[in-house]
Amino acid sequence: MDLILIFFSAAIVNNFVLSYFLGICPFIGVSNKISSAFSMGLAATFVMVITSIVTWLIYHIILVPFELEFLQYVSFILIIASLVQFVEMFIKKVSQPLYRALGIFLPLITTNCAIMGLALFIVLKEYTFVQGIVYGLGAGAGFTLAITIMAGIREELDLADIPKPFRGAPITLIVAGILALAFMGFSGLISG
Amino acid sequence: MSKKVTLSREFIKGLWDQNPVFKQVLGMCPTLAVTVSAENGIAMALATTFVLVFSSVIISMIRKLIPTQVRIASYILIIATFVTIVDLVMKAKFPELSQSLGPFIPLIVVNCLILGRQEAFSSKNGVLRSVMDSLGMGTGFLITLFILGGIREIFGSGTLLGITVMPSFYEPWVVMILPAGAFLVLGLLMGFANVYIERKKRLERIDYLSRLKSIEPVTSGQEAA
Repeated sequence: MDLILIFFSAAIVNNFVLSYFLGICPFIGVSNKISSAFSMGLAATFVMVITSIVTWLIYHIILVPFELEFLQYVSFILIIASLVQFVEMFIKKVSQPLYRALGIFLPLITTNCAIMGLALFIVLKEYTFVQGIVYGLGAGAGFTLAITIMAGIREELDLADIPKPFRGAPITLIVAGILALAFMGFSGLISG
Repeated sequence: MSKKVTLSREFIKGLWDQNPVFKQVLGMCPTLAVTVSAENGIAMALATTFVLVFSSVIISMIRKLIPTQVRIASYILIIATFVTIVDLVMKAKFPELSQSLGPFIPLIVVNCLILGRQEAFSSKNGVLRSVMDSLGMGTGFLITLFILGGIREIFGSGTLLGITVMPSFYEPWVVMILPAGAFLVLGLLMGFANVYIERKKRLERIDYLSRLKSIEPVTSGQEAA
């Protein structure tokens, strides 16, 4: 029950993109087409889950016993950067179709603040190992949901007559604002 | 850089011509997240500028020693070190501010503005030039965050930097300090900035065309003669 709550809290109520503003860069950059947005979401979710596993282990097995918590940021970003590289090589070796679908998005994930934010939130909220994984899964699902909805809206927006200065980033931000308003309807559903 | 640009130009271009938020759309996460009040915006921009300037100094100093293949990883490590310093100092000196900015201070590590400037500028230029560039970018970021934070604070809580500015009958628009307000205000600001840029461009074109026309009759007159 507790785990289900964590999942939905991360995915819908406290959506990473729309209420914590994490992962805005890909949210604006890669939300042109539904298919590529969905692939980006999947790639990010994949890295998020692995990140939550590895950073939890490193933090609790190495950093805490040796009182090296101040190295948290340096080690987390190193883990994420090398993990993304590793995942990219692994997917390339194991599944060519998956690599072709996710390939170009993987390097972008290194500078996705949602991944780093996830690692920090897991430490901040003092989650256990399993809770951390579920939280990562929920955050990834939320990111995928938000970016896919956004891509759907933007595909329609291409046909709309938008004033020229507002095309591109400004209209995307305004739409995201309206989307965030809609997601506010979920607030209070689950606390935490 | 073959064309000699004065040091002051390197600084000024960050303020508007290459403003990190409006023109380059970099560093969006902190821009949206911390601008609940003008004070938070200023604190965040100062922290970012500190990291930007010092990592630029280090990176432009050792730019010739870093192999190209591992440059991104090295930049990130240097940036993360300075972010750790900022975080520890803020926790010790300004505990309330550090509390209200929350995880967004450590998230400066993945701010694309910083990595972007290192990749685009500091890795190709000398120390002095890089410092001026990052100071300019930092100031541009500060101005943007202050404007955004100021607007959201005035409409959302009726105050600016903690001082009440709205009349007492004013009912605060709570939506402005909620996430949705951040997206809406930044989207509108960017749109209006684009309106201004378009108009300026059009005026320049008209100016250029009219100058062309004023030259033309003279030459054609000469030909006729």
